[in-house]
Amino acid sequence: MTKLIYNEMVKMIRKKRLWVIALILLVLIPIFTYAQYRTTENAIKQLGTSNWRAILQQQIVDQQNRLASARVPEEWKSYIKLSIQQNQYYLDHDINPAAPGAPTFVRKFAEDAVSLFFPLLVVILAADIVSSEHAGGTIKLLLTRPVARWKILLSKYITLLFSVSFMLILTIVFGYLLSGIIFGYDGWSLQVMIGFNQQGEHLNVDHVQLIPQWKYILMAYGLAWFSCITVATISFMVSVLVKNTASSMGIMLAAVISGSILSQFAPNWSALKYLAFTHLSLTEYLEGQPLMLDNVTLPFSLAVLTAWSVVSLIIAFVTFSKRDVLA
Amino acid sequence: MKTNHNIVLSVEDLGKKIGKRDIVHHISFDVKEGEIFGFLGPNGAGKTTTIRMLVGLIKPTSGTVRICGHSLSADFMNAIRHVGCIVENPELYLYLSGRENLEQFARMLPDIPSERIDEVVDLVELTPRIDDLVKTYSLGMRQRLGIAQALLGNPKLLILDEPTNGLDPAGIRELRNFIRRLAKEKGISVFISSHILHEVQLMCDRVAIINQGTIVQTAAVQDLMQQETLVEWDLKPATDGRDRLGQLPYVSRVELREPSKVIAQMPRDKIAEANAHLAGGDIQVSGIRAHHPTLEDIFLELTGGPAHDETHL
Repeated sequence: MTKLIYNEMVKMIRKKRLWVIALILLVLIPIFTYAQYRTTENAIKQLGTSNWRAILQQQIVDQQNRLASARVPEEWKSYIKLSIQQNQYYLDHDINPAAPGAPTFVRKFAEDAVSLFFPLLVVILAADIVSSEHAGGTIKLLLTRPVARWKILLSKYITLLFSVSFMLILTIVFGYLLSGIIFGYDGWSLQVMIGFNQQGEHLNVDHVQLIPQWKYILMAYGLAWFSCITVATISFMVSVLVKNTASSMGIMLAAVISGSILSQFAPNWSALKYLAFTHLSLTEYLEGQPLMLDNVTLPFSLAVLTAWSVVSLIIAFVTFSKRDVLA
Repeated sequence: MKTNHNIVLSVEDLGKKIGKRDIVHHISFDVKEGEIFGFLGPNGAGKTTTIRMLVGLIKPTSGTVRICGHSLSADFMNAIRHVGCIVENPELYLYLSGRENLEQFARMLPDIPSERIDEVVDLVELTPRIDDLVKTYSLGMRQRLGIAQALLGNPKLLILDEPTNGLDPAGIRELRNFIRRLAKEKGISVFISSHILHEVQLMCDRVAIINQGTIVQTAAVQDLMQQETLVEWDLKPATDGRDRLGQLPYVSRVELREPSKVIAQMPRDKIAEANAHLAGGDIQVSGIRAHHPTLEDIFLELTGGPAHDETHL
């Protein structure tokens, strides 16, 4: 089995998929860093001060203005209200939620990337892991060895899990090193607040606590890992079912993107909460900003994602072991 | 069930149905040790489907495949261990070097030392280019790498699907000699599918002819051609001569062509005997010509190929 996984790792590396991911991160992280830098700069300029309290207060004013607008739907209003309460809490307790520093960037990056950017990278890794063997005809060589089919598929799946984990580690390392050039490398022990709880219209602050930022980052990337694994697993199944790499990638991109659009587009369509791709932003549970969907909790989201993964794996393994290789 | 050690591949009543359509049915044959067995049929006759069933890529809907006594469906690992194959084109990982490709496959076999890789590379004469990417290989080189891959695990049975596809005449001859040498020197049985009759005639010991999903004949190539020898007799009187030839047990078919020409299908070594028989019946024999049939003639006759179509047109 280790030999099979080694084989798959060789292919993954020599196909240059991991390099593509590294390159994308190397190009995009500096852009995001610069963007964040400009945003901060702008806010400072607008307010005429580098005081984060002023920025936060401005944010609250903005949100109150949006709340007053008649064009904002009801669902959004309660969401904005909660956000205001949260910001108010930061102000009252003298905590700067966006204290600059490379660790803060790494944290923010995870929160922003988890719903779309990470899934897209995962799809790049996963979409052709099985379908490329069909497209290249090498599947015939793999399946005519004295090795059970499920072992071959399992070695591919394990390789995929390694690659996805490696991708997240790479994001942390690159994010930290590159953004640190501008923001400085301090801030691991910065205190971050978690545990906001939504109870009806009110923000329940009973369980709010402060934790060091490194702990928060670990938790955020753990949750991001979980949602990435789900995307990888579903993508893996699609790669087994569709023998053409381009279609496999296309199907997954469409699914990921529509999942992310749908949850904003029709937040009160309750059936959406059973779709995997509307639960990808797991990190939102940490910060306490509730998901767009009604009545979902972290365990519910994890359960939905797990169910999708398990079903995908079963379909992938059954199909792969039984299927005739006709072309 | 007793296993015959001389039979490397035994196929019994193999069939595949997809939906309601019988792709192949009632396929049976044996391949002996050290034998080169040809599998001949027109395109779409079911050659590739059969080959894929032999290597476990397609599950048959009926029948069994035994390789060295192990049933392919019940004991896949032990059966497939003895097989090296190229199904259609030698499709390898283009982004890896030749050696890396072989290493990939070596890791999927039990206990292949790295010297074995050098050995097969040397055997197919790829040593100078083995560390280049397969992307840069010519088709002939890919074909040889494919064979190296198939030989890696010291197989007892080599299954090659249309191995000469896309090769130039020199490459084809090289491959032919190579396969002959493998069978003779190493005792490897080779199963080759082809639609090129000439190839099979030159390379194979025995041949099975498949048409419309079923085997129409299995025979040694020599016997097949022997049995099908057509002998043209110039006889006088021709009709009596035809009847007299027809009495002989070894003449399978006889017909009057032109006023004095009779065509008989018979073994070549019986020509003298038949001549004596005719002379005994007071029939003048003014000419005997034996036609050397090619496998092509036989093939077309058995599969009802173009020769027959033309008469219908």
